[in-house]
Amino acid sequence: MNDEISRALNGERRALARVLSAIENRTVSIEEMSGSDSSSTEDIMWSTMAITGAPGVGKSVLVDALMTLWAKQGHRIALLAVDPSSPRTGGALLGDRVRMTSVDNPAIKDQVYVRSIATRTASGSVPLIVEDMASFLHSCGWNRVLIETVGSGQSELRCAAVADRIVVVEGPARGDGIQAEKAGLLELADAVLVNKADLDGAKKHASELQESFALGQNEAPPVLLTSGLQGIGIEQAAEMLFELKASDRATKARMRERLLARHERRLVNHPSYNECLKRLTEGTIDIENALSILQGEHDE
Amino acid sequence: MAQPLRIVVAKPGLDGHDRGAKVVARTLRDAGHEVIYTGLRRTAQQIVETVRDEDARFLGLSSLSGAHSHLFPKVCELLKQEGLEDVIVFGGGIIPHEDRADLFAAGIKAIFGPGTPTAEILDFIQHANAMDDAGVGQENDWHWESKA
Repeated sequence: MNDEISRALNGERRALARVLSAIENRTVSIEEMSGSDSSSTEDIMWSTMAITGAPGVGKSVLVDALMTLWAKQGHRIALLAVDPSSPRTGGALLGDRVRMTSVDNPAIKDQVYVRSIATRTASGSVPLIVEDMASFLHSCGWNRVLIETVGSGQSELRCAAVADRIVVVEGPARGDGIQAEKAGLLELADAVLVNKADLDGAKKHASELQESFALGQNEAPPVLLTSGLQGIGIEQAAEMLFELKASDRATKARMRERLLARHERRLVNHPSYNECLKRLTEGTIDIENALSILQGEHDE
Repeated sequence: MAQPLRIVVAKPGLDGHDRGAKVVARTLRDAGHEVIYTGLRRTAQQIVETVRDEDARFLGLSSLSGAHSHLFPKVCELLKQEGLEDVIVFGGGIIPHEDRADLFAAGIKAIFGPGTPTAEILDFIQHANAMDDAGVGQENDWHWESKA
């Protein structure tokens, strides 16, 4: 594995893919890697950006359009595209790649890297191991990593735990003005893209969101109309997102997500986790017993 | 299963029918594997780059257009050139029996025709995965003998 890590750090894509699998399978941990210092020397606004939003709002097509534009400007962009695992069988159909034209474009394909990821045992729209995978990509010179989350609902905030910036993608006709007032994911957004701008209702939804943000005490995040498919607003969005600052509205909420995420990871990685699940299923221990076992000291 | 297998299911060439590929993808998914589906009309180069970047253990190729004798060996050749000798390749679709010997010689380990029970594909995956030299560029000239 050490040989593969050094080949990945030297830019070999096969080795990079192998190491990412090893990180995902937890056969190697990011802490053990010598020479993998994830701090970037380049001065950039962000290194990991989550793109999230409901299923079918057009995240994949939009991400592909943004990656294409950034790559043409000479940047290197990696994408970790997350799709759900079956809770029943553990299998997954990872289909985000079907919509990715940037990886097939000979002019830019060396500057984009796309990796499909299944949620596996993780709760929420992003498995936390993605944080380590992004960190290794940074070490390999992929300074900008996008994370496309599973299509997610209003209260799915876990992506805040793994990304420096959160972009929420909305679609047209996503309910009336009250939907824009509801608490949840939108409060954590550093920017909002209202996609499918060519369809009825997109403009109205964008202005409702803007009005709603204007009612708050803090600085409103930018709201832009886009169409990934028609290419509307992509240049403006790419420019705005590339230099996107963190919103100051949600620092505490972000820290809460990070804390909860780390805690969950500690429980799941505990050597007795599977044993506890088994005993819970058999009814030989209860939840409180399980928690006291899993919260005991161990080396992660 | 310890870790799910990562399997790319791809449609090379100009062939617009993917019901078969989707049935295979669904079967593999329901057996607990992680299936990366490429979508229609991929070039050999695109398929090989997907297998490389996704770190797939298996590659399933589907063709109903009659171009399998050209496209399948080309994918195998490119896999070897890219250093992906250990990837296990299988194929399916409308592949006449007289064409199969050449495909096996190119490194493909199984060809599944219409009417193959999905369980047989899973048996093949399990069997081939347990071998450490069933990859497209590895020495072993074993292949799965399918009934369909």
